[in-house]
Amino acid sequence: MAKVKANRIKSRDNILDYILVVVFIFLIIITIYPFLNVLGISFNDPIDTMRNINFIIPRKFTWSNYIYVFKENNLAQAFLLSVLRTVIGAGAGVICTAMLAYVLSRKDFYFNKLFTTLFVITMYVSGGLIPEYLLLMRDLKMGNNFIVYIIPGLIWVYNMILVRSFIEGLPLALQEAARVDGANDFVIWAKIVLPLCKPVLATVALFYAVGQWNSFMDTYLYAKELPTLQYVLYEIMEKAQVKIDPHAAEQLKNAVSPLSVRMAVTIVATVPIIIVYPFLQKYFVGGMTVGAVKD
Amino acid sequence: MSARKAQKEKVVKTKFSLQLMWKQRYLLMMSLPFVIWLIVFKYIPLWGWTMAFQEVKPKNLSKHIWERPFAGFDNFIKAFEDRMFKQTMINTIGLSILGIAVGTFMAILFALMLNEIRFVKFKKVAQTISYLPHFVSWVVIASIAKMVLNDGGMLETALHTKLGLMSTNSPLFWASVVLINTWKEMGWDAIVYLSAMAGIDQGLYEAAMVDGANRLQRIWHITLPGIKPTIVVLLIMGIGGALNVGMERQMLLSNGIVQDHAMVLSWFAYVRGIGNSNYGLGTAIGMFQSLVGILLLFLANKIAGWLGESRLI
Repeated sequence: MAKVKANRIKSRDNILDYILVVVFIFLIIITIYPFLNVLGISFNDPIDTMRNINFIIPRKFTWSNYIYVFKENNLAQAFLLSVLRTVIGAGAGVICTAMLAYVLSRKDFYFNKLFTTLFVITMYVSGGLIPEYLLLMRDLKMGNNFIVYIIPGLIWVYNMILVRSFIEGLPLALQEAARVDGANDFVIWAKIVLPLCKPVLATVALFYAVGQWNSFMDTYLYAKELPTLQYVLYEIMEKAQVKIDPHAAEQLKNAVSPLSVRMAVTIVATVPIIIVYPFLQKYFVGGMTVGAVKD
Repeated sequence: MSARKAQKEKVVKTKFSLQLMWKQRYLLMMSLPFVIWLIVFKYIPLWGWTMAFQEVKPKNLSKHIWERPFAGFDNFIKAFEDRMFKQTMINTIGLSILGIAVGTFMAILFALMLNEIRFVKFKKVAQTISYLPHFVSWVVIASIAKMVLNDGGMLETALHTKLGLMSTNSPLFWASVVLINTWKEMGWDAIVYLSAMAGIDQGLYEAAMVDGANRLQRIWHITLPGIKPTIVVLLIMGIGGALNVGMERQMLLSNGIVQDHAMVLSWFAYVRGIGNSNYGLGTAIGMFQSLVGILLLFLANKIAGWLGESRLI
């Protein structure tokens, strides 16, 4: 009797397995279908696109949309700016975060408590948009200057805490041994701590890089003359919204449909990240967990 | 863990001395520049809160802080009496509550389902894909969302009906925003719950199986109670941030038609402060948002304490 019951539970549990697979296939489709559709439109003939937008495989394959956006929309410059801010911002961010995190992991450091408190407070209270705007634009004259992309958001306190937790989990013996050998704190950080931190630094680098690549508000507020990819895409979207001019449609027919242009730029703004993040998955999932457990 | 504890216990409060500073000169050099950075970029804007009590407009912006006219609470009163204020508050709170409720529920459901999948490869692929929208910018998401959900967009064409998801000036727009947000963040938010599930003692499941509990019963009686502390912590953080609805998402997803139901506090501060160049008023709105946020955080924390749950702070 008991065995029959157990079997019935088992078979019911197995049905659940297949239901789950169906649910997840549905979820996967609704996650990636929009992206594939964008990809399809970006490669499709623009006039064909105007007739129908629901497809994945382009009926008339063409590179013309991409050629158009790189020629007409100053996209090459925007692309370069996006790459530059990502590389410089993430590189500087990781080094500075690691350095600060190491110092704040040192319990014997006299100012440890004070500095840590100063940093953590800013996670909960901020001056808000207007004082920051006035500080950057009026007092520091950072408007339309590339450093406005790098310096104000140099360190994220959350990332610093992630790295610090990781360093605190490392065995102290290595540091002690180096100290006995006469290494100073900077050398210990650079030669011993930093190489051991690779996994968490990969996580943090991804967070900074994604933040930089995707950033839009700082261009919008402070540096409209230095448009990044995200900002160019925003401008194209805004333009599409105000097209009321009946003659515009006539002109556009000869060139490229606004949707095709938008989709091509959307792809350019998305692809670099999609290529990178799966490879860093094992790092960031671990990194997220470290932070969640210890702080 | 024990090494960490030992490390903590070893710390004896040392007295300030020049010798100690010299001994720790490298640590000082490695941290002082960042403390200065912090003071400039995070604490000076906090000092800017003084503008909330002054009349600050372009004409007197260049004046020294003590030369500007003192306004008392005028800016706050002006903000509360603004014709847009009430609707902005309703939008902010409505979006927050809906977002927290739907977002949390879906992330937990997603994590529970993913946790139950037995085909390891499939599980990995599904999870990787679920992170995808999290890494994509709001500008890109808005570009895609408008293509899919706008009038005459993909969804309406496919269903042959008019839904007006992005063009109805009513709380329906909140629902659209929350839907898009959940689509974007569900997989990512599930990570924390999944790691909490991984920490549950496997012996409990074996014991339950011996007692004849089926899978749903195991989820209900073991998995869910196991992740309850995590849920509480994240809910506290969510309530603490209830007023901090970002202006970026709202600005990008909305359009002129739905403006009334898209406006949130942070955006309102921008519109009044920078759009209308009334810096004092904008600062007051931002300060109100920040202070109420801290109040909410402490309140949620207290409530969690009363309910016998682990506290965040």
